[in-house]
Amino acid sequence: MSEHTTQPPETEAEESTDAAAESDATSEPTHVTSGATSTVRALENAGIDVMFGVQGGAIMPVYDALWDSEIRHVMMAHEQGAAHAADAFNVVSGQPGVCLATSGPGATNLVTGIADANMDSDAVVALTGQVPQHMVGSDAFQETDTTGITAPITKNNYFASDPDTVGDTVGEAVALASAGRPGPTLVDLPKDVTNGPTDREPGMPQTPATYTPQDEAEDEAVAEAARAIEAAEKPLLLFGGGVVKADAADVARQFAIDYDIPVVTTMPGIGTMPEDHDLCLSWAGMHGTGYANMAINHTDLLIAVGTRFDDRLTGGIETFAPSAEVIHVDIDPAEISKNIHADYPLIGDAGRVLDQLDDALAAAPDADEWREQCQTWKDEYPMDYAAPDDEPLKPQFVVEALDEATSDEAIVTSGVGQHQMWASQYWTFRDPRKWISSHGLGTMGYGLPAAIGARLAADGDEEVVCIDGDGSFLMTVEELSVAVRENLDITVAILNNEYIGMVRQWQDAFFEGRHMAAGYSWIPEFDKLAEAFGARGWRVDDYDEVADAIEEALAYDGPSVIDFHIDPAENVYPMVPSGGANDKFALSEEQL
Amino acid sequence: MSGGLEGPDPEERPTPEGRRNSQGIRIDPEVEAEPESRRAVLSALVEHVPGVLANVSGLFRRRQFNIESLTVGPTTDPDRARITLEIEEPEPGIEQAKKQLQKLVPVIAVTELESNAIRRELALIKVDGAAPDQVGAVAEMYDGKTVDVSQESVTVEITGSEQKIDAAVETFGRFGIHEIVRTGTAALERGTRKTT
Repeated sequence: MSEHTTQPPETEAEESTDAAAESDATSEPTHVTSGATSTVRALENAGIDVMFGVQGGAIMPVYDALWDSEIRHVMMAHEQGAAHAADAFNVVSGQPGVCLATSGPGATNLVTGIADANMDSDAVVALTGQVPQHMVGSDAFQETDTTGITAPITKNNYFASDPDTVGDTVGEAVALASAGRPGPTLVDLPKDVTNGPTDREPGMPQTPATYTPQDEAEDEAVAEAARAIEAAEKPLLLFGGGVVKADAADVARQFAIDYDIPVVTTMPGIGTMPEDHDLCLSWAGMHGTGYANMAINHTDLLIAVGTRFDDRLTGGIETFAPSAEVIHVDIDPAEISKNIHADYPLIGDAGRVLDQLDDALAAAPDADEWREQCQTWKDEYPMDYAAPDDEPLKPQFVVEALDEATSDEAIVTSGVGQHQMWASQYWTFRDPRKWISSHGLGTMGYGLPAAIGARLAADGDEEVVCIDGDGSFLMTVEELSVAVRENLDITVAILNNEYIGMVRQWQDAFFEGRHMAAGYSWIPEFDKLAEAFGARGWRVDDYDEVADAIEEALAYDGPSVIDFHIDPAENVYPMVPSGGANDKFALSEEQL
Repeated sequence: MSGGLEGPDPEERPTPEGRRNSQGIRIDPEVEAEPESRRAVLSALVEHVPGVLANVSGLFRRRQFNIESLTVGPTTDPDRARITLEIEEPEPGIEQAKKQLQKLVPVIAVTELESNAIRRELALIKVDGAAPDQVGAVAEMYDGKTVDVSQESVTVEITGSEQKIDAAVETFGRFGIHEIVRTGTAALERGTRKTT
């Protein structure tokens, strides 16, 4: 790993030993002198040790204060990259991800990443510079209404107006981001506030008094749900991203095993149940497995934990789990009966409520036949793909080869599109916080900056692999410069079909094959592009080159890019057409 | 295009029984499906901070809750304001609106008012000034009063329920209404019952 990029070089620090003794951040923290130093102190108090950002005029006082801090700042190429990196940092580590940008374009460039974090309930804290307060509203240079723009996509945002309290506000923003149902927060920092004098030390981070999430469900409601579980003939557990957020995967999988209940996950819930476990039917939804989608639509009791019943999961509401009663465990009361009516609403922390259910259950449901049925569906709808030698490279083969070549600890990030679906279908995930993707917002370009954030959050030994698409890679390729500069060990595997592949797939299915603005008539040579950035690059066209390229790329201690030229005609199946019934998934284009 | 997996065709698969309505509620196929809309008055006690009104109105816009009226004003606590909202939604939508409102961090408490709560609206109605006596008489009929008189116009003030204001506006229509302004509903629970 490279040196802290905002630290002064050693030689300069030695020049004036008197000053160094006073300002040495490692031995004694510097005093708060301004809104900016108070801001940084608040981040330190919150335990923040990594942040991602881009400099600019209105945020310069905060950057200047970072000069004296131990916080590692990763200078990103684009603010969108900073937000995605902070997001992935949060998903991998469970700690809040912090991103920093200047006013105006800096702040608007963060917007996509903040919206992404909001959809996936990720704890991201955005700090944005703002023009001085006396200029706010005057259409000043690089002024934009950042709190106005981000209000709909943040859990809460703040406009700091006083140097004395800005530190407490930043602390509150960090605390709120992680509390209850996590989500992004933002603090807009006018330059007069960050430059303004104060010697007031911020307190420890605290959530606002009006924010009081409920941890435990009412006993009576738990008891009723427990009776429903005991009586169920076809019970099914559905684990969503909330199980990951609550660090409840261990509790959840033990619950499934103890009561012998089959499990499907949502896409963000991947890894909460080991995908090679007998009870795990993998993930359900538009491109989920056939067996997961059969199970979810035939269950008589859906025990949903930490999911918001996104339309990509449910398909058409009218036909979703039509004969099932629903137990819905969620910490956000607003998710209860928002999309799917909950017969047994259980508001609380995922792990705590599962413990409560465990205490309330007298017996496991009698579900031998149902488990057999689920196994039959596994056999009937295998995820086996054809990979004939005389056809171009199949993306599924590449994903499996990557999974094979890496350890069980490997972290996978992705962009959005066909490659994302193949990655999540054909990689076997056994643990949470290993599959890092843009689920709700579907942000192409998420994968590479996410790999940077994941690398910073990872302990060190585990591989970080970005399975990307050619279109997604092109959207945030500038962040490769960051990975090279910081010498981050990440492996980017591009499943390159020279198409915006998912759009091309829909055009084939629903637009009579009219490939409007879906194909690249020319696309860069990504291996050479990688080399130009200072990374290592490979191009792979054939099956017999796959293993060697992966081995070399993983062995290289730095960023590497493998450009896999895959079968451009390959499509993603199974597929539940938008608004369709989950159990009527198509296995091929003819069935759409 | 290539790709595709093995397995029984969609039409060969068993279809589960049952159905949900568009609100995600499992319904008896023999029972009527869609719930009807009703009018609800929500009262939200909020922190008196900049942006809170924009946040509340933005929430209702982006989640497509049908908002009939919105009023905001201070309370006895200078740090708190009260927002009164009237919405027209099917039952699940009203529940969802309450929960989403409660979820906003500056919102302290949300309640739906009882149907018998005191609801009042104020209207200023400026009508043609040709017959001031008749205008005054009608105003009196609605417990209103004349608040401004000029050569060309008479302005009256009416308070009351939304229905009463609607009726007054219709009656004043025969004088020729120049301009009108209405506040939207303010509401409080009756007796000792607390609003929030």
